Amino acid sequence: MNHVLDYYNYWIVVFLMMSGFYIVISANNLVKKIVGLNIFQTSVFMLYISMGKVSGGTAPIVVEGVTQYSNPLPHVLILTAIVVGVATTAVGLSLIVRIKRAYGTVEENEFENKDDAI
Amino acid sequence: MLEQHLAVLPILLPLMAAPIVLILGRNALSWGLAILVSGLACFVAWQLLAATLSDGVIRYAVGGWAPPWGIEMRIDTANAFVLLAVTAISTFVLLYSKESIKKEMDESQHGLFYTAYLLCLAGLSGILITGDAFNLFVFLEISSLATYTLVSLARDRRCLTATFRYLVMGTIGATFILIGVGMLYMKTGTLNMLDLAERIHAYDSSRTINTGLAFIMVGVSIKLALFPLHAWLPAAYTHAPSAVTAFLASTATKVAVYVMIRFIFTVFGAEHVFEDMSMDWILMVLAIVAIFKCSYMATVQSNVKTVLAYSSVAQIGYMVLGISLVSATGLMASLIHIFNHALMKGALFMAVGAVFYRMGSVDIKAFRGLGRLMPWTMAAFTLAGLSIIGVPLTVGFVSKWYLVTAALEQNHWVVAGLVLAGSLLAVVYIGRVLEAAYFQQPDEGQADVKEVPLTMLIPMWLLVLANVYFGVDTSLTSEAAKHASDLLFQNSDAISALMDSLHGPTAQAVSETSGLTGEVLQ
Amino acid sequence: MNLWQGLAPSQLIVLAVLVPFVGALLVAATGKKPNLREAVTLVTAVTLFTVVMGITDLTLQGTPISLHIIDIFPGLSIQFDVEPLGVLFALVASFLWIVTSVYAVGYMRGNNEGNQTRFFFCFAFSISSVMAICFSGNLLTLFVFYEVLTLATYPLVTHAGNDAAKQGGRTYLGILLSTSICFLLFAIVGTYSLTGTLEFKPGGVFDDTHNKAIMGLLLVLFSFGIGKAALMPFHRWLPAAMVAPTPVSALLHAVAVVKAGVFSILKVAVYVFGIDGLSELTATDFVLYMAAATMVIASIIALTKDNLKARLAYSTVAQLSYIVLGAMLATTAGAIGGAMHIATHAFGKITLFFVAGAIYTTAHKKLVSELDGIGKRMPLTMAAFTIGAISMIGLPPAAGFISKWYLLLGALDVGQWVAVIALVLSTLLNAAYFIPIIYAAYFKQEKAGHHDTHGEASLPILIPLLITAAMTLLVFFNPDLPLALAKQMLEVSP
Repeated sequence: MNHVLDYYNYWIVVFLMMSGFYIVISANNLVKKIVGLNIFQTSVFMLYISMGKVSGGTAPIVVEGVTQYSNPLPHVLILTAIVVGVATTAVGLSLIVRIKRAYGTVEENEFENKDDAI
Repeated sequence: MLEQHLAVLPILLPLMAAPIVLILGRNALSWGLAILVSGLACFVAWQLLAATLSDGVIRYAVGGWAPPWGIEMRIDTANAFVLLAVTAISTFVLLYSKESIKKEMDESQHGLFYTAYLLCLAGLSGILITGDAFNLFVFLEISSLATYTLVSLARDRRCLTATFRYLVMGTIGATFILIGVGMLYMKTGTLNMLDLAERIHAYDSSRTINTGLAFIMVGVSIKLALFPLHAWLPAAYTHAPSAVTAFLASTATKVAVYVMIRFIFTVFGAEHVFEDMSMDWILMVLAIVAIFKCSYMATVQSNVKTVLAYSSVAQIGYMVLGISLVSATGLMASLIHIFNHALMKGALFMAVGAVFYRMGSVDIKAFRGLGRLMPWTMAAFTLAGLSIIGVPLTVGFVSKWYLVTAALEQNHWVVAGLVLAGSLLAVVYIGRVLEAAYFQQPDEGQADVKEVPLTMLIPMWLLVLANVYFGVDTSLTSEAAKHASDLLFQNSDAISALMDSLHGPTAQAVSETSGLTGEVLQ
Repeated sequence: MNLWQGLAPSQLIVLAVLVPFVGALLVAATGKKPNLREAVTLVTAVTLFTVVMGITDLTLQGTPISLHIIDIFPGLSIQFDVEPLGVLFALVASFLWIVTSVYAVGYMRGNNEGNQTRFFFCFAFSISSVMAICFSGNLLTLFVFYEVLTLATYPLVTHAGNDAAKQGGRTYLGILLSTSICFLLFAIVGTYSLTGTLEFKPGGVFDDTHNKAIMGLLLVLFSFGIGKAALMPFHRWLPAAMVAPTPVSALLHAVAVVKAGVFSILKVAVYVFGIDGLSELTATDFVLYMAAATMVIASIIALTKDNLKARLAYSTVAQLSYIVLGAMLATTAGAIGGAMHIATHAFGKITLFFVAGAIYTTAHKKLVSELDGIGKRMPLTMAAFTIGAISMIGLPPAAGFISKWYLLLGALDVGQWVAVIALVLSTLLNAAYFIPIIYAAYFKQEKAGHHDTHGEASLPILIPLLITAAMTLLVFFNPDLPLALAKQMLEVSP
C-alpha cells in the first residue's frame, strides 16, 4: 500500500503518459491526436515538476529565514518544455487546418483513402 | 575577440539571420543572406575541426556561467566533423534551392522557406555543439519544428499528411528523450554531459538510469529512423520539396546518429551500454534487418524519391551497424559513413529534384530517355548511384571497406558478408533508374526537355566531384573519423576505469575530485 | 626493342595506362569525322604496343618498374608494379587491340552500326583499364581497375540498345558485380585482416602462422569472386554478353575481360598464396574439381548450341578453366601452362570470333547449321577458322598444343588424375564441336534455296583474321617470348 501512496505522483504520470500515448496511436481524428500528444507531454511535465519537490521545502524564491527550498531547476526546464509543446501544438493545429482545406476532412481513415498509397 | 566565441557562431548566425530573412521576404536578398550565413557557418566549422584535430576539445561556457551549473558547448572531433558535413551540405543545397523551389512552392512561401531553413540549420548546429543534455532536447525540437514546416511547404497535398505523421512521431521521439534525461537528472542532479557521465558511473546498476537509457535510445531511434521506427521517413522525404529532401536526407537523421553516439560513448560509457544492457546485439540485428528490408523495399517502388528514401533508411542501418560493433574501427566506419552518405544522398536527391524541375514528376516513367535529354543530371545520378553501390574510387567504397574491415576485426564473418550482400540490392534499385534513363525512349512531347539551370547543376556536380575526391583522397575524412572515434573510446574507457579504481565513492566525493575527468587524458 | 629509352621506367607505366585513355578522349573529340577518328584509334593502339614492348624489354633485363599513385587508405595505395605475367598479358592485349581496331572498323561500317564514337571511346577506355590491371601492384589496385573494367565494358555489351541488349547487360553486370562485391571484395578484406598486407609477393603473403581453414575459404572466395574467369556456376555472363557486336566479343570477351579474370586468379595463386602454399590447402583441390567440371560441362553445352557465337562462348568458358586448372595444380609446369594458355588461347579464340563476325557481315548467317559449303565461297576465312579450331583442340602445329602440353605435364607430375581425365575429355569434346563445322564448310554442298553471291569478307575484316591465324601458328614455332615471361614469373631459370 505504501508503495502506491508514497509514489502517487509517479502513478499519475504513468496514467497520463499511457492515456496520451494511446490516444495518439488510436485516435482517428487528427485533432484528437494532438490532444493525446499534449496529454503525453503534460505527463512528462508532471514527472519533472513533481521530482523537484523537496519534502518540507517552500517555493524557490529567496525569503528571510527559510532554509529549505524546492529545486527550481526542473521548473525552468519545464517552462522551456512547455514552450516547445505549445509550438508543436501550434504547428500541428495549423497543419490540421491546411489538411482540412485540402482534403475536406480531418479523419485519418478518410483522407488515407483519397490518396494513392505511397 | 571573435575567436573566443567561434564555438557558438554556427548557432548564432543562422538564428539571427532567420528573422531578417523573414522580413526581407521572397527577395533574392534573402537567398543571398542565407547562403552567406550558411557559408560562414561552414567556414567556422572547418576552423573548429582543424582546432580539435590539433588542440583538443573546445569548451565554451554560454553567458560565462561555468559548467556544470551553466550550459556548456563542447566540441570535439566527432561533432566538428559532423558539423562540417551539415553546414557544407546546407550551403550547397541553398545554392541549389533558388531555382528548385520556384517550381515546387508558391511564390509567397519562399521567404518562409529560407527562414525555416535557417532555423533548422541553427537547431542542427545546436544539437551538434551542445554539451548539455537538456539543451540538446531544446535544439532537437527547434530543428524538428523547422523541419515540419519545411516539409509542409510543397504544393502536393500529401506533404501535409506526411508532415503530420512526422510531427506526431517526432514529438513522441523527442519526448522520450526528455523522459530519459529526466530520469538521469533524478538520479544524478546534473544535466551536463560530462558531469552526468561521472555521476552515472558512481552507481553499479540502477533501474532508473537503465530506464533512462532505454527511453533515450528509443527516442533517438525514432529520430534517426532506425527500423522499425522509420515509418515517418518515406512519406516525408517523398512529398517534401526536393531541396528540403536533399537537405534533410543528408543532415537530420545523421545528426540523430551523432546524438546516439554521444549518449552511448560519452554519457553512459560503451561498456555499460553494450555489455550490461546487450545493446550491441539489439542494434546489430535491427541494423541488418534495416539494411535488407529497406533495400528490398527500395527496389519495388515506382517513385524514385521513395526509392532513395528507403535507401537512406538502409544506409542508416549501416551506420548503426558500425556502432554496434563496439570497436574503434567500427565507430570510425560509422562516422565516415555519416560524412560520405551526406555527400552521396545530397547529390542523388539534387539530381532527382532537377528531374522534377523539368518533368514535373519523379515517377520512374518520367526518367525515360533522360540520359539523352538531361545528360549532366543523369551523369550526376549515375556517379552518385555508383557511390551508393560501393564502386571503388567513390566514397561509398571507402565506407564499405572500413565497415567490412571492422566486422572482420571482431570475427563477425557473417555480418561482413551481409554488409556486402546488401550492396547488391543497391545495384538493382539504382540500375532500374539508369536503365529507364539510358535504354528507354522518352515519351512523345518530351523532346523539348532541356538541362536545368546552372545554379542547380553546379552544386549538384560539386557534390558529385566531392564524392570522387573523398573516395580517392581519404586523408581528411579518415583522419578526422579516426581521431574522433579514438577520443570517444578513450572517454568511455577512462570514465569506466576511473570509476572502477575509485570503487564505491558517493556522487558527492566524485565531483570533488578531478572534476570533469574525461578531459584529464587529453 | 625499346623505343622509349629516354624515359624513366615508371613513366612507361603512366604511358601504358594513359595512352589508351587519352586516345579515348580524342576519339570522343573527333567523333564527327569518322576517318580521323579511326586513325586516332589505330595510332593509339600502335603507340600503346610500342610502350608495352619497351616494358617487356626492361622486364626481361630484370629492371624493376614500379609507380606509387596515392594512398587511398592509410597504408593501402594505388600502386603499380610490373611483373612478367602482367607483361605477357599486356603484350597479348595491346597487340590484339591493333588488329581488332582494324577489324572493328570493317565490321561496324559493314553492318552500318550506330553510335560508333561511343563504341570506340568505350573500347579505348576498357583497354586502359586492362593495362592498369596488368600492372597492378597490390590487390586493392587490381580490384579498383577490375570494377572499372566491368563498368567500362557495360556500354559495349549493351551497344545495340534494344531489349535483348538490356537483358544481356543485366545478366552481365548482375553476375560480375555480385561476385566481385560479395566474394572478391570479401576475400580481399579478409586477406588484409589476416595478414595486414595486400601486396603481391612471389611465394605468397601467408606464412605458417595463418589458419589453413581460413586460407582455404579465402581461396574459394577468390576463385568464385573473380567472376570474369567464368567458373561455373558464375559463367552465365559470358554467353549473355554475346549480344554485343562481334569485335567486342572478340577482343573483350575472348581476350581482355576473360583474360583479366584468369590473370587475376593466376596472380592470386602465384603471388598471394604462392605455388607451394597452394599445395598445402585442401581448398585447392576443390577449386580444381570445379574447374575440371566447368571444362567438361561447358564443352558438352557447346555441343548443343547451334548459334556459332554461343558455341564459341561456351568453348571460351571451358578454355578458361584450363588456366584455372593450371593454377590449382600447384606445380611449376601447371602455372607455366596456365600462363602460356593466356597467350595461345587469345590468338586462337580471337581468330574464331573474327571468322564468326566475318560470316555474319558477309553472308548474314549466325547458325552452324547454315554454314554448309561456305568454305567454297570464303576459303581463306574458313582456313583461318580451321587453324583456330586446331589450336582449341590442342594439336600441333597450332599454339594451343604448347600450353596443353605443359598443363598435362603438370597434372601428371602431381598425379592429379581428375585433371588429366578432364583435359583429355575436353580435347575430344573440342574436336566434336569444331570438326563438324569445318567438314560442313568445305565438304558439304550449299543448301538448296540459298542464293548467296558473296565472296570473301572485305579486306579490313579479312586481314586481321589472317594475321591472328598466322600468329597462332607462329607462336607454336617460336614460343620463346611468352615462355620466357612465364618462366620468369615463377623465377625458374629459362
